[in-house]
Amino acid sequence: MSQPALSKSMTSGESGLAVVFAITAFLCVIASAKALDAPFAFHAALSAAASLAAVFCIINRYFDRPAALPPAEINGRPNYNMGPIKFSSFMAMFWGIAGFLVGLIIASQLAWPALNFDLPWTSFGRLRPLHTSAVIFAFGGNVLIATSFYVVQKSCRVRLAGDLAPWFVVIGYNFFILTAGTGYLLGVTQSKEYAEPEWYADLWLTIVWVAYLLVFLATIIKRKEPHIFVANWFYLAFIVTIAVLHLGNNPALPVSVFGSKSYVAWGGIQDAMFQWWYGHNAVGFFLTAGFLAIMYYFIPKRAERPIYSYRLSIIHFWALIFLYIWAGPHHLHYTALPDWTQTLGMTFSIMLWMPSWGGMINGLMTLSGAWDKLRTDPVLRMLVVSVAFYGMSTFEGPMMSIKVVNSLSHYTDWTIGHVHSGALGWVGFVSFGALYCLVPWVWNRKGLYSLKLVNWHFWIATLGIVLYISAMWVSGILQGLMWRAYTSLGFLEYSFIETVEAMHPFYIIRAAGGALFLIGAMIMAYNLWMTVRVGEAEVQRPVALQPAE
Amino acid sequence: MKAILTLDNLASGLVTTIWTPVFIAIFLAIIAYAFWPRNKPAFDEAAHLPLREE
Repeated sequence: MSQPALSKSMTSGESGLAVVFAITAFLCVIASAKALDAPFAFHAALSAAASLAAVFCIINRYFDRPAALPPAEINGRPNYNMGPIKFSSFMAMFWGIAGFLVGLIIASQLAWPALNFDLPWTSFGRLRPLHTSAVIFAFGGNVLIATSFYVVQKSCRVRLAGDLAPWFVVIGYNFFILTAGTGYLLGVTQSKEYAEPEWYADLWLTIVWVAYLLVFLATIIKRKEPHIFVANWFYLAFIVTIAVLHLGNNPALPVSVFGSKSYVAWGGIQDAMFQWWYGHNAVGFFLTAGFLAIMYYFIPKRAERPIYSYRLSIIHFWALIFLYIWAGPHHLHYTALPDWTQTLGMTFSIMLWMPSWGGMINGLMTLSGAWDKLRTDPVLRMLVVSVAFYGMSTFEGPMMSIKVVNSLSHYTDWTIGHVHSGALGWVGFVSFGALYCLVPWVWNRKGLYSLKLVNWHFWIATLGIVLYISAMWVSGILQGLMWRAYTSLGFLEYSFIETVEAMHPFYIIRAAGGALFLIGAMIMAYNLWMTVRVGEAEVQRPVALQPAE
Repeated sequence: MKAILTLDNLASGLVTTIWTPVFIAIFLAIIAYAFWPRNKPAFDEAAHLPLREE
């Protein structure tokens, strides 16, 4: 053991976490041996291996590090912690490409069913949750963790709280993704949309998420900037609400502690209501509030303009918080859910128009005096177009929640088109824009490797989105109209398979759109890789890790 | 066993009755806070926060 001048000892976090992981590894080995089903045995073994690796990494890191922990400040300026942000940014790009690829595969399976190869692991039913979780939770989640850790440090002018804790959050979260994703392929699911992971993955996510909340809160508490910037409010709402949703939707009783199968505590229509209270607020707080935080920080920063109206941002925040949580029942129109509850969900969905568009206007108008930059800066263009897509999909969503519209749109491809105009256009583009900003900043580079490639990415992906959503609109409305067409004698005019046949061309167009979106993301991955590898380093100022302006 | 959360229950009845005006009052207070003239300089400064960090 190398002995520096200062006497060196493990922090309580290091020793405590090492002991906890050692015990976990032991328990996981036992669970693996006693497992009732093969996927559970696999996951227990995976967890045992990961726990051992964690013990090794913690001890190894201890021997490698100097006696003193990194200082909070150097020369009176914050010593920002960029390591976990780099890790999350890398994982975001990795999972993004994986998730888009799986999306392309299942889109192709819908057009050409033979592509499921008649294997259980590659069937549509297993790959579909793999796609949704990979793009929402793996790609989107890593973008949110990376940007939140960056924004909270910069806007509070303080180093991220905790030494091992931020690493526990980013690695622990990605281990959850790994467990959930491999589980889907092996047929492990609790069959709740966007909440498919089984009880043991849910428990692990709960621990990781509480750690995330604590790191974020502790950083805000020790801030040097008196005002808590609006982006941090949105991030905090995202973290807190996701914790509540996760706990509300997932209480389950495992059949055995050594098996993967569990039964959810809620039954019947209560279960359905809990599921869509969860499901819609996953959209509202994971895919909206968190990414609005990105909008409020990255657009002003990139455009070099202040937020158009800070007053509006406060009202935007609270209106969104007060309204979104009630909108879930619009997923259960014309079901066993009481009629008044459906109407309540519809009403709150319509009211959401106001905060959504207020926020969109605030984001767009932040470019006042800097509109010319859209011509020269493709990264800013990506961010701004994402806000335009946000406005478009938050107009469409409330419209589709209206019962008479929903009676046509529900269960059709229109819903898929709506989701993707939000997911590809808003969440995807705002994430791409944020990563294009973030990577040069945290890796200390003067700028991106190539703005020209960003331009290519922008146009290829935009074309992909347009193909995707227009194909799904046409296909969905066609499907809905065919389902409700009657003959003069009162019989249904079309059999189900006739509607499927009619949708075939649109499935091919959709797959083509998805392929373009994937190609764009691959160009981005290359561009970011080259930025880190060969990008010109920013001139070092007294403090390390300065953002490139 | 008697269910705790029923509409007959006085406490829950009161809560289900008053939460709407309470939430509306809170929201109106937030709007007043956002538009209070004395808060404007602080908000204008906060709008520049991403631009003036080191």
